[in-house]
Amino acid sequence: MSERQNSAWSPSSREIQRRQSRRAISRKQASIAAASSIFVLGTLALILVTSPGWETVKTTFFDIEYGKEVFPTVIKGLWINLQLTFIGGAAIGVIALGLALLRTTKSPALTPFRFLATAYVDIFRGAPLILIILLVGFGVPALGLKGVSSNVIFLGTVAVVLTYSAYVAEVIRSGILSIHPSQRAAARSLGLTSGQTMRFVVLPQAIRRVVPPLLNDFVSLLKDTGLVSILGVTDAVRAAQINASRTFNYTPYVVAAILFLLITIPMTRYTDRAIRQRTSAQNSEGAI
Amino acid sequence: MSNVLELVNIRKSFGSELVLNDLSLSVPEHTATVLIGASGSGKSTLLRCINLLESIDDGQIFLDGDEISDPLINVDDVRRRLGMVFQSFNLFPHKTVLENITLSPIKVQAKSKDEANTAALELLKRFDLSDKADQYPDRLSGGQQQRVAIIRSLAVNPRLLLLDEVTSALDPVLVNEVLTAVRDLKSDGMTMVLATHEMGFATQVADEVCFLESGNIIERGTADQVLHNPQNPKTKEFLKRVHQAGRL
Repeated sequence: MSERQNSAWSPSSREIQRRQSRRAISRKQASIAAASSIFVLGTLALILVTSPGWETVKTTFFDIEYGKEVFPTVIKGLWINLQLTFIGGAAIGVIALGLALLRTTKSPALTPFRFLATAYVDIFRGAPLILIILLVGFGVPALGLKGVSSNVIFLGTVAVVLTYSAYVAEVIRSGILSIHPSQRAAARSLGLTSGQTMRFVVLPQAIRRVVPPLLNDFVSLLKDTGLVSILGVTDAVRAAQINASRTFNYTPYVVAAILFLLITIPMTRYTDRAIRQRTSAQNSEGAI
Repeated sequence: MSNVLELVNIRKSFGSELVLNDLSLSVPEHTATVLIGASGSGKSTLLRCINLLESIDDGQIFLDGDEISDPLINVDDVRRRLGMVFQSFNLFPHKTVLENITLSPIKVQAKSKDEANTAALELLKRFDLSDKADQYPDRLSGGQQQRVAIIRSLAVNPRLLLLDEVTSALDPVLVNEVLTAVRDLKSDGMTMVLATHEMGFATQVADEVCFLESGNIIERGTADQVLHNPQNPKTKEFLKRVHQAGRL
């Protein structure tokens, strides 16, 4: 569709008047928004600084000097969180895809696996992550199995991967189920086997559809890697905790929180944009 | 002339609803059989049963003499011998026109990519769609999409082409380009079974017209006999209504 040439056109006096009205309306709306923001945020700030404990909170939570001092150890811990997120994320992707495929297969040979996959998803989606971390972190070393590492970073990662694989498997499965049966009918009528239909027709469309919710899960994953600190892994949370309990100054927690936010906020913004693009693309798809 | 397709006493029900009732039909090679009838008379179900997308409750289906209603038969092998075109096109939206057409030749018939592409481009040229090869389906008009869907089903060299109301989702202006494509196939000698609401088109391509009513063929014959000189009162009634709607 080509843009129409309109160089010969100049707005009518009515249109000029309309534009002035529109500008007046938007000026008015902007001033209302500004006044409302100043009032609400100002009130919140006022409540905060006039509260009886504000002076103590300021020194124990927002001590800039101490914050600078603990910054290197907290950021070193955050590096652990990031490694956990990316290595875990890769493992989660592979396992979750396998689980989702097993749960949607109709192959009779895979019946027991389909049953096991369903049980797996039920258990790990239903149990709190922190319990799984504790059970894996302390339970697996207690088994005394030869060749199984008792490294807490490894065990913590395994626990997170176990739980998130169940979440992500369900997201991928919902994507697979969202593809209209007519796509499958078309592929099968071309002689493709059910496996080929899944691989070349259903899965590529399903994955595209679930990318935005998966990005959401990725942000959650990064935050939840902080939970492995309970096993004694010196991640950002644990590093902050060590420093805080040494001095009874809680600024390290604030530092850790800000560092997490610096990563997660851009990621969530990106996710929101991906969802919006996906939605508008779907709307333009019309009947298909 | 041998029969490509032979249906013997087909019966099919969905729950308590009987959709096909003791239906028999023979389709000789190089002929076009047109199924007409009101919505819900079983036309689409019949095509889906032939394609084994639905299983029948009783009766037999023979394709080139092989009984394909045998549950022990490999359904993928059967479908490789059939082409199916759907009312709603069902193109793969994540693949380009060329990829839609070559998917089955490459994956099912194990042709090389070059070989499949050459054949696909030739078909696109024949149906006047050469410039659309690298486009995605959602950039095409409905008529173009349906012609791509027809090409996609032709690319596997089917013995029998099944067309399920291929123009019903199109606006009247686009209907013609699709019907022209089907007419071309007919003159090439393709064996076809079509369900359609386009009576004028049925007159042009049909070697046999079958009128379906509550799951059975209650009148069959040449287009001239069935459409212009119907004997069965129900056929007359149906054609009268079609006539009133201005579709004949």
